[in-house]
Amino acid sequence: MEFKPKRPQKDLKYDELRIYTDEELHNYSEEELKNFKLKHDIPDLDELEKGPWPSFVADAKREALHRKKLADDRLMIDKDVVDDLLGQLQLSFDDGETHWKHGGIVGVFGYGGGVIGRYSDVPEKFPSVAQFHTLRVNQPASKFYKTDFLRALADLWEYRGSGMFNLHGSTGDIILLGTSTEQLEPIFYDLTHELDQDLGGSGSNLRTPSCCIGKARCEFACIDTQDLCYEITTHYQDELHRPAFPYKFKIKVDGCPNGCVASIARSDMSLIGTWRDDIRIDQEAVRAYMAGDIEPNGGAHKGRDWGKFDIQKEVIDLCPTGCMALEDGQLKINNKECNRCMHCINVMPRALKPGRDTGVSVLFGAKAPILEGAQLAVLTIPFMKAEAPYDNIKELVEKVWDWWMEEGKNRERLGELIQRKGLPKFLEVIGVPAAPQMVRHPRTNPYIFWKEEDVPGGWKRDINEYRQRHKR
Amino acid sequence: MALSQGRLGKYNPEKPTENRITDIGPRHFWDFFPPVIQKNYGKWAYHDILEPGIMVHVSETGDKVFTVRCGGSRLMTAENIREICDIADKYCDGYVRFTTRNNIEFMVTSYEKVQELKKDLLSRKYISGSYKFPIGGTGAGVTNIVHTQGYIHCHTPATDASSMVKAVMDELMDYFTGMTLPAHVRISMACCLNMCGAVHCSDIALLGIHRKPPIVDDNIDSICEIPLAIAACPVGAISPAKTEDGRKSVKIKEDRCMFCGNCYTMCPALPLADKEGDGVTILAGGKISNRISEPKFSKVIVPWLPNNFPRFPEVVATVKKIIEVYAANARKYERIGDWAERIGWEKFFELCDLPFTEHLIDDYRLAYDTYRTSTQFKFTGKAWEVSRAAGGIDD
Repeated sequence: MEFKPKRPQKDLKYDELRIYTDEELHNYSEEELKNFKLKHDIPDLDELEKGPWPSFVADAKREALHRKKLADDRLMIDKDVVDDLLGQLQLSFDDGETHWKHGGIVGVFGYGGGVIGRYSDVPEKFPSVAQFHTLRVNQPASKFYKTDFLRALADLWEYRGSGMFNLHGSTGDIILLGTSTEQLEPIFYDLTHELDQDLGGSGSNLRTPSCCIGKARCEFACIDTQDLCYEITTHYQDELHRPAFPYKFKIKVDGCPNGCVASIARSDMSLIGTWRDDIRIDQEAVRAYMAGDIEPNGGAHKGRDWGKFDIQKEVIDLCPTGCMALEDGQLKINNKECNRCMHCINVMPRALKPGRDTGVSVLFGAKAPILEGAQLAVLTIPFMKAEAPYDNIKELVEKVWDWWMEEGKNRERLGELIQRKGLPKFLEVIGVPAAPQMVRHPRTNPYIFWKEEDVPGGWKRDINEYRQRHKR
Repeated sequence: MALSQGRLGKYNPEKPTENRITDIGPRHFWDFFPPVIQKNYGKWAYHDILEPGIMVHVSETGDKVFTVRCGGSRLMTAENIREICDIADKYCDGYVRFTTRNNIEFMVTSYEKVQELKKDLLSRKYISGSYKFPIGGTGAGVTNIVHTQGYIHCHTPATDASSMVKAVMDELMDYFTGMTLPAHVRISMACCLNMCGAVHCSDIALLGIHRKPPIVDDNIDSICEIPLAIAACPVGAISPAKTEDGRKSVKIKEDRCMFCGNCYTMCPALPLADKEGDGVTILAGGKISNRISEPKFSKVIVPWLPNNFPRFPEVVATVKKIIEVYAANARKYERIGDWAERIGWEKFFELCDLPFTEHLIDDYRLAYDTYRTSTQFKFTGKAWEVSRAAGGIDD
């Protein structure tokens, strides 16, 4: 199977795109790095160079040195920008408070999102980070890269920015940390014209959708997570770049209920791959697991001796629905009782596979605490097919957005609106009937909001007629 | 085709929309897949973790792809990216991948190359001695900590992120490079209640919090929309007021404030960060996977620890302790939250030797859902304390 992008992709060659020569890229020696001192004293940060885990301080120092040794006209942002960034971080440690100012509206022409303005509140001490804006760059689905692209991006960002990145931000974007207002448009021009690459989302809009590794390298994926993510991302470019929502809206795609991108906890709309037919069983492989010929759980427990694999204890007894049994040496699954938790499949991936009739479960309303407290997503659509061009999913998205934009208050996430208005109202809006799958258990209070049309004779009654039966 | 040079490059501010390209979206994923991934898309039969950080995925076609996963600090430089590219060019035909948890994945198609790659990666160290590319992060261990910006780039943090993660991961290195735990442990870090990293469903969550109500800036009327600031408070702790010289301002009902910081997000004239007030809350027992048990929130187990920059010794010690007690007590496949629920949270606090204070009993919305309405409990030292205080027992 091969995917065709919606537009032809530029074949990127670093040697054609590059800014720096090889000499410029290798402009310092190990010896110079050893003796290198930043312009600020940063004792606490020096401390963070110790220990085995990769040190962001040691990394930043080599960037600082590399910048210093480039010629003045080979950088559009001050040479000392990394020195000042680390210097300000040390000051923040000293003061126990951040030194980034609140707010700052900057962006690229025509977009409301993708750029976050940032200013230092101590610019006199750290002039190179007086303006230190972020660009969010929309990552390719599942974060695979060709090095030609990454090298070109590194050159672009070293030349026109601080050379500091986040790979990646929590939403998934490639984060370019720190540039001046003036450089935003030239960066955007090169990103789109030369690197064939767009910005992601920020502000009250659709945030950059993200997905798990899916069918690219996972045997569990029930759907084409990358294709669905790419389609939604490109179809909703307007919503991604021009804030028109009450607050942020996140869409994430997980290929199976293992949930490796955590869509269920951190997306307003969570699409999770699932199946509605039977788990496929290879009985021979089941026997191989039982005989100890194949390591359980893909070898995830190799580091410790847990004893011989016991299918009864480790699979059958741990099944949350108790729908499995061994009969005459054969593993039997009562698929009607299965809730597709993935445990048995995870433990014995060579013996068990998800079914072939696949689609997504759709859940809505997850979010972190601010404002009304943390929420997990609510199961709303138990199953729907997820096949290109995903018109059924787009229809659903748009019904949700129409309602949220109409009813949502400023900074009210979808999950909070559903709480405020009630899940039944949300079901009415998206046009689906209530189902027991949507709740853990039915309500415990009998305070049912009956509507007038639910009750024979309606709500209008005559007090005089009532008084004929009941004296005051 | 070339990246532009000069102050404004090819951008012409006189004609900002000339030849403008917008809304093209990201690069298409297919183009960035290594050939073995393209060829076997959707055909993967199974995988095996050969050793910590090294996996093989086997396709129905018989093809294999070996992945070497390395931890990375999320904050990376152009220099670091170039080094990653050098490795990817040398061993992986110019392809590389990043994971959701900020790991770097190098993929090769032969086991011999895995050995060369492994040797190369582990030989690369910063001059101060830290690994550049530690191998691990798979299976029943601790993978990279996802985190937020902290003091490096954020305007609302209550603590720093990159430094705390570095300190914790230094201490947990053996759990990153090993797979000795009962199940995987996902640690996440967010520097304020906005939780840009959505850490609220992690096995262990580290969270920056404020503890002092906002200060009202004298010039609030010229800095932000006062009604918006008032409306921003989810608990109604902000109300209109006048300054002594008669200007419009707000007052804070301090006993109502739950320090969420939303007012500051909406109005820069209400800062609440403070050296003594800010610190770290630790939550535990959350998960997002649907495996065996349902996804669940993490629970607050330590209400506050100091921001002891740069190494956060109290935070590091607490995280390590929880993991060690969990490793010694939980069953195979049991996540931290499932273990705590099986033995009961009262036992969790006893085993982990964590103090239980009134700050751990919910008094916010839906608090009642968390209260025990049963006599099914276990006796621990805390229970006897209550009995003594109530005059129920003599000793």
